[in-house]
Parts: sequence; C-alpha cells; structure tokens
Amino acid sequence: MSLASHLPALQVVLPLVAAPLAVLVRHTGAAFLLVTLASWAAFAIAVLLWQQIGSHGTISYALGSWAPPLGIEYRVDRLSAFVLVLVAGIAAVVLPYSRRSIEAEIPREQHYLFYAMFALCLTGLLGIAITGDAFNIFVFLEIASLSTYVLIALGRDRRALMASYQYLIMGTIGATFIVIGVGLLYLKTGTLNLVDMSVRLQEMSNHRPVLAALGFLTVGISLKLALFPLHQWLPNAYAYAPSVVSAFLAATATKVSVYVLLRFYFSVFGESLVFHRLPLPEIMLALSLAAMFAASAIAIFQDDLKRLFAYSSVAQIGYITLGLSFDSVSGLTATVVHLFNHGITKAALFLLIGCAVTVVGGSSLSRLAGLGKVMPLTAFGIVLGGLSLIGVPGTAGFVSKWYLVLAALEKGHWWLALAIVASSLLAVAYVWRFVEIAYFRAPPAGLPVRREAPLSLLVPAWLLIAATIYFGLDTSVTVGSAAGAAAELLGMAK
Amino acid sequence: MNLASHFSYWITLFLMVAGLFIVIARGNLIKKLVGLGIFQTSVYLLYIAPGKLIGGTAPILAEGFKVYSNPLPHVLILTAIVVGVATLALGLALVVRIREAYDTIEEDEILLQDHARETEAPFER
Repeated sequence: MSLASHLPALQVVLPLVAAPLAVLVRHTGAAFLLVTLASWAAFAIAVLLWQQIGSHGTISYALGSWAPPLGIEYRVDRLSAFVLVLVAGIAAVVLPYSRRSIEAEIPREQHYLFYAMFALCLTGLLGIAITGDAFNIFVFLEIASLSTYVLIALGRDRRALMASYQYLIMGTIGATFIVIGVGLLYLKTGTLNLVDMSVRLQEMSNHRPVLAALGFLTVGISLKLALFPLHQWLPNAYAYAPSVVSAFLAATATKVSVYVLLRFYFSVFGESLVFHRLPLPEIMLALSLAAMFAASAIAIFQDDLKRLFAYSSVAQIGYITLGLSFDSVSGLTATVVHLFNHGITKAALFLLIGCAVTVVGGSSLSRLAGLGKVMPLTAFGIVLGGLSLIGVPGTAGFVSKWYLVLAALEKGHWWLALAIVASSLLAVAYVWRFVEIAYFRAPPAGLPVRREAPLSLLVPAWLLIAATIYFGLDTSVTVGSAAGAAAELLGMAK
Repeated sequence: MNLASHFSYWITLFLMVAGLFIVIARGNLIKKLVGLGIFQTSVYLLYIAPGKLIGGTAPILAEGFKVYSNPLPHVLILTAIVVGVATLALGLALVVRIREAYDTIEEDEILLQDHARETEAPFER
C-alpha cells in the first residue's frame, strides 16, 4: 500500500503525534514549528482527500486493516471532507498568528503547553469529522473538549477559569448524553459502525430505545453546538479565552458538532424517522428562530466586543440549524455552506479583535473608541467581517443567507424569509455599535496617534477577511461542494 | 416484564438522575464534580449490565462452556472511565485555580465577586 492510501489515518495521526512531541521538546519555538507544520500537513491532506472524493467517491479506510463493521472505519464522504478542509484550514491560518498573539496573553513558560493542547484539540476535531464509528466519535469529542477546557482556562482574566469550569460541566453533560444515546443504539443494533447501524435500524425505527437514543443524542449534541437555549457556556468561554483560542473555537468547535448532528440525523437515523414521524423539524425551526432573534438582541447590548461576537455566534448557529430543519437539498446546502462561511468570518473577526487587544490592551468597547484612527486596517477588517455577518452582497455571509431564503421560499414559508431578513437587521445594529465607537469617537488619551498591529498578526487575519470576500464573489467551490454534500446526505437517507 | 428482573436498569436510572440533579442543584464546585462523576458512572452501568449473561464466561473457546458474555462493552467503558478520570482531574485542577483566584468555591459567591467588579470597573483586565 502506498502512502497515499493511508491519508485518512495520517489526517488524525500527524497532529496527535505533534502534541506529545511539543511537550517533550519544552521549547516555545520548536513546539510552535512542530504544531504549525503538522497543521499545514493536515490541511494539505484534507485538500487531497477532498480532491479524491471529488473524483473517486467515498473513501472507506479500515484502521489497522481490521475490516469494518468489526474494525474501526474511517469514512470520508463529501460532507466530512468539507468539514476537514474547514477545520484544518482554519488551524493552518490561526497557528502562524498565535506566536505573537499569545506572547501578550499567556505566560511564556506555558507556551509549549499551549501548542500541545492546540494540537490535541485539532486532533479531536479532525477525528470527529473523519471517523465512521459511533463510540470513536465520543472519544474524539472528549479529546477535543478536554483540550478546549484547558485552552480557555489559559485566558489571563480570572473569569476565564470560571468560564472553563462551566463549559467543562455543560460539555461533559452533553458528551455523557451522547454516550447514553450511542449506548442505547449499540444495545439495539449490536454494532457501532455508523453505516452498519443505519442498515439495522431500518427495521426497528419504532422501538422505544431507538427513539430515546435519538432524544439523548439530539440534546447532547445541541449542548455541544450551543443551540439556543443550551448556549449559556459559549459567551463567557469565547469572551475570556485567549484571542487565538476564541478564533479557532468559534470557527471549528460548534461547526464540527453540527456535522455530528447531520451525521446522526441523515446517515444513521434516516430522514423519514427524524423529519417525518417526529416533530423535530418544528422544534428545530422554533429554537433556530429564537436563537436568531434573542441572541442577536442580546449581542446589541454587550459592552465587550468579544462577548458581542460570541452572542452573534449563537445567532448564526440559529441560521445553520434553520437550514437543517427544512429537510430539503437547498436547506441543507444553506446549512453546510454557512458552516464554512460563518467559520471563516468569525475566525477573521476574533483574530482582528486579537490584533486590537495587543495594542489597546482590552476588547471592551470603551477601550476600542477611535480604533478607526489608531488601527485603520484592523478596524476596517472588523467592519468587513461584520458586513459578512449581516449578509451584505459581495460577502460570504450573503451567499449562505441567499440559499437560506431560497429554501424557505421553496417550502412556501414566505414569512420565514422575512424573519431571516428582519434578524439580519439586528445584526446591522450590533455591527453598527462597533462602527460608531471606532469611527465617531475620539481615541482615549494616552494612545499613540497611529499604531497598527504587527504584520504577523495582520496577515493571517486579513487572509481570512480576503477569503470572506472571495467566497462571497466566487461561490462555485463552496456552494458546489455544499450542494454535493447535501444531495449525498439526503440520498443516503432515502 | 416485572420490576425485579430489570433492577440493573433501575439502579442505572436512579444514579443517572441523582447525578444530574446534584450537578444542577448544588452551588459548591466540588459537589458539582461529584454529581458529574455519579452521572458518568451510571452510564458505565448502562453499557456493562446488558453485556453480562448469567452463567456466561469470557469468550474463550474451551471444553464445557457454551455461553459467553459480550466483552466489547467492558472495553468501551474502559475508555469511558479513562475519559471520566481525565475530566474529573481537569475539573479539580480548575477548582484549585478558581479557589486561588477567588478564595471561595461557592458558585454564587464567585458570580457576586465578578458582578461587583464589573459594576465598579467594567472589563478592566
């Protein structure tokens, strides 16, 4: 077997090996180099896998050559390849940024541990997306979660500790709900392989333990993806974590959880059980609408820019789950494409806030007054990212909202299309708060007239902003793969 | 179906609900972790109990043994126990750091301190 056929295993193994090595070298520079190279390699592998899927279809990889369903299977289809590219891509952009950024936010002697934890978190997130084994999903989920708790606790404010603790409690409850769901499915079907499981479930979709498993999995995964009203852990975690960590988590952690939800709904339980016999679409629709309006409204009244965008994340997750609730190809396309578009937009925004934090020393709105004069590039970048959150044409956010509105109209829900537009107006309000403070207030005394963040911070952040604009203008890649993934998911379910 | 034949499920359910209740109802950070531990442990039982057949042995071919218990749930739960231990250790480490920073491990007192600081000096780092 050539090396190319082992790409699915290498995808997870490379960052996994980088983590203990980073601890062993105990040197900031070496650890940084190791983990960054591993993440670039992971990104290259993800792109290669994505290309292979395009030409050859789904890849099934038997880990350790134990044939599935007995052995653990790594399974790459269109959706998982898309998520792998997003996660590895964000890590590859965020890591070069981290070097300068954590110098200001994390004590120097903990830097190599930061890189080890980052590599572990990346391992977990990539593992969730690639594995085809239900229990394996739980294990990778916990690898990602445990390292995330540590990364959040590294924030220099003491409230980061409490945010991390609260996330640990909520996250563990969520993960335990997921294990209960997987356990019930295992008891009923006697298999942990997702494909095998879905075949065996077809004859027993009326059985009560299967329905209970669906309930446990829905609640558990919803906790992980911060579906309103299970989002309480998210704002504090994003607000007090180091800026790099906020950027990476906001772009990937909740997105991977959405992937798990899609995987279980469409590939395991099947569309007919989840969407036709149970009132799940109605529940999802109601919760998504609540998230879009309530979280956006709360975001308007925040005094800290990181918290403001954290609440905006909860609202944007509402758009993602809204697309899912339509149960149509166009709705799912909107969901998958918004995973990507919101991921790059939010990562860019949190990276730019990190730039501002290194210069002005905090992310409260009062400190950011006059940012447009002090740091013109950073402030302009945040405005562009904000426009993408609103969904202004020419930005990535517009593309996903366009497909969301199309899916709503396709279902005949014209009032829903209006609701999507109305909730975007709330986004205008919270983005305007930043614009007003950055451009129409004088900078506080004591700040230099003009001092831009160092290039090593600005370049990665602007790379993502440029991607936001690029994917808003050229949608062939993102929408193309999202539509393919959506069609494949629904095809599997039928 | 009588109640006694399913007693392992009743114990599992009781532990599950009791653990979750402690996590929600208690404000002491250590007690919350204790509740979380009970909640996770109940799941171990959920997996292991159905894997055991009365009179079953380990799945090793030998003369005179015909009934085997399923070993896979045990292996899965071994992994889950490791995850549970890691979670508990990390949780306790966080509580130590929280106690150093706030001088208390009662959730409401910590929130009070944070609130007081936010109203005095909002978002001062």
